Amino acid sequence: MARKSHVQTTINGETVEFLCESRQSLLEVLRDELYLTGAKEGCNNGNCGACSVILDGRLVNSCLVLGVETEGKSVETIEGLAEPDKLHPIQDAFLENAALQCGICTPGFIMSAKALLDSNPNPTEHEIRYWLAGNLCRCTGYDKIVKAVMDAAKETSA
Amino acid sequence: MTEKKEYKVIGTRPIRHDGVDKVTGRALYGADFQMTGLLHGRVLRSPHAHARIVSIDTSRAEAYPGVKGVATAQDLPDAEDRIADLGEGAVNLKYLCDNILASDKVLYKGHAVAAVAATSPHIAEEACTLIDVEYEVLPPVLEVRQAMEADAPLLHETLKTTSMGETADEPSNVASHIQHQLGDPEKGFAEADIVVERDFVTGTVHQGYIEPHNATAHFNQDGQLTIWCSTQGAFTVREQVAEILQYPISKIKVVPMEIGGGFGGKISVYIKPVAALLAKKTGKPVKVLMNRADVFEGTGPTPASYVRVKMGATKEGKITAAEAYLAFEAGAYPGAPVGPGAMCIFAPYNIENVIIDGYDVVVNKPKTAPYRAPGAPNAAFGSESVVDEIAEKLGIDPLEIRLRNGAKEGDRRADGPVHPRIGCIETVETAKAHPHYTAPNGQKHHGRGVASGYWFNIGLESSVTINVNSDGTINLIEGSTDIGGTRSSIAMQAAEVLGIPAESVNPSVVDTNSVGYTAVTGGSRTTYATGYAAYEAAQDVKRKMIARAAKLWEVDEDNVQFADGEFSCINGKEEQISFRDLCGRLGQTGGPVVGSGTVNPGGAGGAYATHIVDVAVDEETGKVEILRYTAVQDAGRAIHPSYVEGQIQGGAVQGIGWALNEEYIYNDEGTMTNASFLDYRMPTCLDLPMIDAVIVEVPNPGHPYGVRGVGEVPIVPPMAAIANAIYDAIGIRMTELPMSPDRLLKAMGKI
Repeated sequence: MARKSHVQTTINGETVEFLCESRQSLLEVLRDELYLTGAKEGCNNGNCGACSVILDGRLVNSCLVLGVETEGKSVETIEGLAEPDKLHPIQDAFLENAALQCGICTPGFIMSAKALLDSNPNPTEHEIRYWLAGNLCRCTGYDKIVKAVMDAAKETSA
Repeated sequence: MTEKKEYKVIGTRPIRHDGVDKVTGRALYGADFQMTGLLHGRVLRSPHAHARIVSIDTSRAEAYPGVKGVATAQDLPDAEDRIADLGEGAVNLKYLCDNILASDKVLYKGHAVAAVAATSPHIAEEACTLIDVEYEVLPPVLEVRQAMEADAPLLHETLKTTSMGETADEPSNVASHIQHQLGDPEKGFAEADIVVERDFVTGTVHQGYIEPHNATAHFNQDGQLTIWCSTQGAFTVREQVAEILQYPISKIKVVPMEIGGGFGGKISVYIKPVAALLAKKTGKPVKVLMNRADVFEGTGPTPASYVRVKMGATKEGKITAAEAYLAFEAGAYPGAPVGPGAMCIFAPYNIENVIIDGYDVVVNKPKTAPYRAPGAPNAAFGSESVVDEIAEKLGIDPLEIRLRNGAKEGDRRADGPVHPRIGCIETVETAKAHPHYTAPNGQKHHGRGVASGYWFNIGLESSVTINVNSDGTINLIEGSTDIGGTRSSIAMQAAEVLGIPAESVNPSVVDTNSVGYTAVTGGSRTTYATGYAAYEAAQDVKRKMIARAAKLWEVDEDNVQFADGEFSCINGKEEQISFRDLCGRLGQTGGPVVGSGTVNPGGAGGAYATHIVDVAVDEETGKVEILRYTAVQDAGRAIHPSYVEGQIQGGAVQGIGWALNEEYIYNDEGTMTNASFLDYRMPTCLDLPMIDAVIVEVPNPGHPYGVRGVGEVPIVPPMAAIANAIYDAIGIRMTELPMSPDRLLKAMGKI
């Protein structure tokens, strides 16, 4: 059995400590060690974006980051997005636009959209499509997802 | 257009009931399931497409630290010569079991051979590499027409062709041949002024659900087996596991977790019986997950096919005869959806003289599984391309020729059934009147194409229970796993009956011990059939509540009326009470009210769609860009229009992927060389425009609110519509899918 390392990081604003093997990805750590199962595994090789999280302000596929790499860093996941009594505007926009069907890709899309709107509050439709091209959805045909992000942009930049 | 009834809930767009859970990451999917003492299972898969298993030695894996158990086909009950009926016709149990864990032969690259349970997923993966399997490699057969040749390598020495009731003497890769005939095709072709005949080839494509298969199983000491998993049908999992393990259904509980897409691909079981075997061996709960390559290589895609279509028409545009030859790859075991392909191929038309031949052929690829309108897209690619060519040669508008020949109520489908009220013509008329169809489209290398499609939809069994709460809300218990918002479309039908808002219904999808039998979420049946059961359960509640009001007012039940959520007395007494207030008085009037509804409806009604697409063909690269897309579809009655649109948009985009990019690319040894999302290349949002979904409502007489299934038919038209648009752009008929850049360049003579 591989020896485990001790890692201290910040997840959704809270200091978190965990033990993990060097080979464990951040996605594995989030899901299997910390039970933050909002990030999903669709491919485990960076193709689908279902595991998207924000690491030190940058959108990453958590399946392509090692758990040990997050030492001293800050991770934002889908679980940290809503306030206790209020959804984030992107979450509201996804619900109002019916922008999800099975929902497995939804946390990844929402985190990806958040990273986009954090850096570009008023994206064009093309900019949204370009940015979200790293997230696969097989149910919706993307139409309502793109519209949801356009609506959320209006809401957050207003 | 038909008269529109006034509804309070149906046709509105409430927030879906499971929505907050799904946007906050709180919803629990199969892989999210955790349990104390959980072991992790992984499956060893065949590196060969066709080989005999000489020996399997698991001793090194069993000795590896952290390994708690190893399973092979030896651990499955002997399946020789048993036939299982899983509600979808008889299935040879040996085929079913061998696809779970191969016994004597492996029949495709990725075929499961053994499985390991260990204390971590990594240890399980490492231990799989320590299982020593000796193979005698055999030549694979990878293409349907080659597999049909007399000297082709045989997958099954005992498989003999059944053809219209007769079984052949010699073994063959052709499992079955079906034929449908209507009228006199020879006479029909003789009456034609023009006959067009073409061959079409389609590739193997995968459903591409984002969530890989998963299963956690646990055996209690008393023999109770529980399986937590992602599935389109918990009861179907229970049946299949019971058959494969020869274990009573009463000792199996299947808990459906949230499901991350299925499209037909999560009906067949793969790792669920394996998880159960490993749980039995280890005495611990075992979670088995697939990775993405496992999903591509080890689960059922939809068949590659060879399709030949011949159609004849008079110069006035009346189609006089049609002929189709459909040869579908079943994959490793019989069961290609050639039957549905044959049922659907000419269904948008009323043609007097038709002959259709279908062949179910085994090849060394994964056993195919349903994928959204299984078989119909392969068939429609051929027929809808030929109809376009006939229209073009006769100088008739392609939608006009569809109107002149369109199927209507009372027309007979070539395979027998007579159409009930259908909306075929209405979808074509709506498409023809749509601004997209009349918009200018003259630029060089830009083209516009149209195509129609049909899917018959299914009914099958559903059960719903409603528990009435004292505050005027109801808890709705159902067995249909929710893949696309069906909690809401089912809840809304109960709400409509009871005159309460959609938000006053709390729908729950529960396990197989907690609701009556419910068939799969598939066949476009969930909003139709489980919605129908919800309607019946709500009617049951309504009847019981009327009895309570009668008791309260000391009148006969006949004297109580219910409308718009209010009970009132109609025998002169001035009594009135709302549904909500009466709910608060159930304790005084006899105790709780529980309603139930069970259905097995026969009137699913068929669904039709007509799509319009504009493309641009890049002459230098061969890339086809989708410029504009409009999908018109008859939904019967759209319960929640947003999720109907979502089905239409999603189905159309899967069709776009099938048309332009997606296929299993095999090398000569039978290895899929693109078993990742990156290389398989499903559409991303950057590849697409908005998809304009247009809902037509021709109510289905077989449902109290007129619902027709909507999930499947939108994948039927896109391939031919895009091929027809490419022809309009560059004057070349593309007859092979996908119409990828290399095929376009070859067709244009550039490479």
